[in-house]
Amino acid sequence: MEKLERLGAWTLGILWSLPILYTFWAAFHTNGFATHFSLFAPLTLKNFVIAFNDAPFLRYMFNSFILVTMILSAQLVLCTLAAYVFAKYDFFGKDILFFLVLMQLMIVPEILIVKNYQTISFLRLTDSILGIGLPYMASAFGIFLLRQTFKTIPKELDDAAKIEGCNFLCTLLKVYIPLSKSTYIAYGLVSISYHWNNFLWPLVVTNSESVRPITVGLAIFSSPETGVQWPILSAATIISVFPLLLAFLIFQKQFINSFLYTGIK
Amino acid sequence: MFKKIRLLTLGCAASLCLASTAVYAQKIKLTMYYPVAVGGPLTKIVDNLVNEFEEKNPNIEVNAIYSGNYNNARIKALSALRAHKPVQLAVMLSVDLYNLIEQNVIVPFSDIAKSKEDKKWMNSFYPAFMENSKAFGKVWSIPFQRSTIIMYYNKDAFKKAGLNPNHPPQNWKELVSMGKKLTNDKQWGIMIPSSGYPYWMFGALAKQNGEVLMSKDGKHTYFDRKGVIGALNFWKDLSQKYGIMPKGVINWGTLRKNFLDGKTAIMWHSTGNLTSVKNNAKFNFGVAMLPAGKMRGTPTGGGNFYIFKSATPKERMAALKFVKFMTSPQTAAKWSKATGYIGTSPAAYKTKILEDYVKSFPAAKVARDQLKYATAELSTYQSSRIRKVLDDALQSVLTGEKSAKEALSDAQKESDKILKPYR
Amino acid sequence: MKRVYIWLMLLPSIVLLVTFVHYPAIATIIDSFFSNKTVFRPRTFVGFDNYAQLLNDKVFLITLKNSFIYSFGTVPFVIAISLAMALFVNKKFAGKGMIRLIYFTPTILPMVAVANIWLFFYSPEIGLFNKILQFFGFRGYNWLGDVDTVLPSIMVMTIWKEAGFFMIFYLAALQSLPKELYEAAKVEGASNWLIFRRITFPLLMPTTFFVMVNAVLNSFKLVDHVLILTKGGPDNASNLLLYYIYETAFAFFDNAYASTLTVVLLIILVFLSLFQFRFIEKKIHYA
Repeated sequence: MEKLERLGAWTLGILWSLPILYTFWAAFHTNGFATHFSLFAPLTLKNFVIAFNDAPFLRYMFNSFILVTMILSAQLVLCTLAAYVFAKYDFFGKDILFFLVLMQLMIVPEILIVKNYQTISFLRLTDSILGIGLPYMASAFGIFLLRQTFKTIPKELDDAAKIEGCNFLCTLLKVYIPLSKSTYIAYGLVSISYHWNNFLWPLVVTNSESVRPITVGLAIFSSPETGVQWPILSAATIISVFPLLLAFLIFQKQFINSFLYTGIK
Repeated sequence: MFKKIRLLTLGCAASLCLASTAVYAQKIKLTMYYPVAVGGPLTKIVDNLVNEFEEKNPNIEVNAIYSGNYNNARIKALSALRAHKPVQLAVMLSVDLYNLIEQNVIVPFSDIAKSKEDKKWMNSFYPAFMENSKAFGKVWSIPFQRSTIIMYYNKDAFKKAGLNPNHPPQNWKELVSMGKKLTNDKQWGIMIPSSGYPYWMFGALAKQNGEVLMSKDGKHTYFDRKGVIGALNFWKDLSQKYGIMPKGVINWGTLRKNFLDGKTAIMWHSTGNLTSVKNNAKFNFGVAMLPAGKMRGTPTGGGNFYIFKSATPKERMAALKFVKFMTSPQTAAKWSKATGYIGTSPAAYKTKILEDYVKSFPAAKVARDQLKYATAELSTYQSSRIRKVLDDALQSVLTGEKSAKEALSDAQKESDKILKPYR
Repeated sequence: MKRVYIWLMLLPSIVLLVTFVHYPAIATIIDSFFSNKTVFRPRTFVGFDNYAQLLNDKVFLITLKNSFIYSFGTVPFVIAISLAMALFVNKKFAGKGMIRLIYFTPTILPMVAVANIWLFFYSPEIGLFNKILQFFGFRGYNWLGDVDTVLPSIMVMTIWKEAGFFMIFYLAALQSLPKELYEAAKVEGASNWLIFRRITFPLLMPTTFFVMVNAVLNSFKLVDHVLILTKGGPDNASNLLLYYIYETAFAFFDNAYASTLTVVLLIILVFLSLFQFRFIEKKIHYA
């Protein structure tokens, strides 16, 4: 690789890493040293202790965990069923219906936030995890992805299953789903990161601590009017991103491959 | 014979059960949303107070939900009401009054607290704080976490600049002259925050120039009066003309850190920050009333208790009990000491807690003493919109985009448009 | 029998999509022709009054302008930087894994966390940017407090967050490019830049198109940072359309006007999608 290119890559890399390095620096140092960069400034864990005491971050993380699990489980079931139909069967109005489904790629729930909030209130689902997750459970992206994958499964396997006495449901379970494993993993990782990091909709739907996900928890903790100390805020920020960051570091290859995979499709 | 005994025991057991369920069924559940707008671990303190109340009142259960800042708390409470979730009370801005009346969601305290004793209680608060609670001849809210703006100053910085550390600026002229001496490469003379709640800071400057910003009935604003424009020009001049304050919008949330880091020698901020500053300042600091223009002045600020219409009569009485507890002189004293918010009644300052605190820390007295110069906070119908109109105007002048006259005239026109339907 | 099963399998998805996409879209459009219900008046049909209000609303016009500047300002940079990142990371060199990690990490952070981090970055007195600038003798700026710098500051932050995400798509595409073309070009002695311009970039057009569509849509959907950093200030200099909708609905409780604003947003999104698909797709080579 040319010297110039390498210089470019590293310069960009250093610039890109500054914000996160800055956050780590502030989180592990006391207030006085948060903005002074002397090499031997004393390290401390106090900020994390204070952050944990001042807001129930563990509860927030638990809520986020329940949320992404609930959404993903529902998505897997709903999108599989719908994708199967779109991939394998023909019926009147199929193309129009598929087009209508794809509209959700463009019109995400936040865009129609006013009306969707009214709907969730009407269903008495405000301030509940189900209320946050419901609009996302039918995912056009998931349906689209799985449909593409299902379409690539050769007909012979279908016929073979039929011979063995499988009806359509059995075929789905025994043939299609196992063969689409990589799509499912890819989609799962995308969905988890998207919903772990989602903010505006959960902000509007949730009120109490017992339901609040971590993004909303962090935002409330850092409400500008509170004027929280920067080191404590950094510690809180790290606490909020920690689970996903850790998962990412461990499953780096899978993460990147999954985004890659969904991209190719 | 045994049959009779058995029947009797059965009867006793049954009635015991009924009685206990009756007692249990009588437990009243209250849900309250409240905000925290200044630094410090205030949610813990609220939780402790709630526990204390529940111990004294075993048949009332209070679920106090921390909702972020005032904007969030208002949004949360109103959304919960619309979604028919049980909410009986909330702490919201005293100036949300007209909004809440228009939305038809609150019930006046005057309608619940009817006994003679109750009326005495409602009259026991500082009049300056009750100004934003009254409308149509009734009391709609009770002061809880109230504040005024005070001037925090760095005594060490004053000494270094050759100024008397015990003589903070008493008027606008001194503010400018001292500010000039205090401004150098590493430090600004003064910072007044202009993000977050700039209209609040502006209320002080306007009053100091002899003006108020709105009429008492919530239907008119006075943004383009000469004195009001003059106040904004003074604010602007601090940075543009005298160079003692940074140009552009000064962030509310980072201001305290700026002061503690010595980036500014003087800051105007809420009394609610007092305890936090006291605990974190590594230098000698002082606290003073805001300097006088034509006169001294500060708006009151902060939140009051409101009770919602959706509460049943039993819940309203329980809520009233809770509010009385939270605003009793003892509790108000505890809250004031822990946060720096002002004790809401003269009686609070007569408690041992505050008497001792004020003796050991005279800065705590400053805010209270400033109350005689206090004025109501900006409060009108459609208050969120009107506040935004004024905030935008203020920011446009402080960033040098518009002149004070132009910005405030436009703001007044906009405000008239919004308020016309209410006149 | 089969027919029934088909519809049963489709039903849950269809019901949810209709409930949260199609119904609200139509209902919002209808709502925009009515006024709000308040204590003083009932909900009444007002025709195009709300839309007339739009034209007189200075804040709306500013948010519209900002949203387009924000979108068209960030997307080209996101495309360029993510492409550069992918090109870098596609080659072998020491430390490649770590560099790739650094580029990608901002993507998995929630925007609220990113906003908090950059708030102090941008802080005039105590923030890192100004400290570095002042170290080199330049003056610091009030990045988030100045009408001229606030929107670009937010845009820079967005680019930082989004570029790594789109890098992945370019990486995937690069890895699927036919190696023979490159070998042939090398044999003919073509320079790296020429190879990029004549081979790589044209072949990547489908990916660029994909990235562009997604980046543009994202730029209208994401307002978390506005909420955290500036609430649209100073004086609406950083106000974006979706944030104004949120404020109108949830702070001013003006559902009618919020619906009107939402209709505008919908029209913009539909128009942009159509525009991109119709005109730009025509110009892409599908090698």
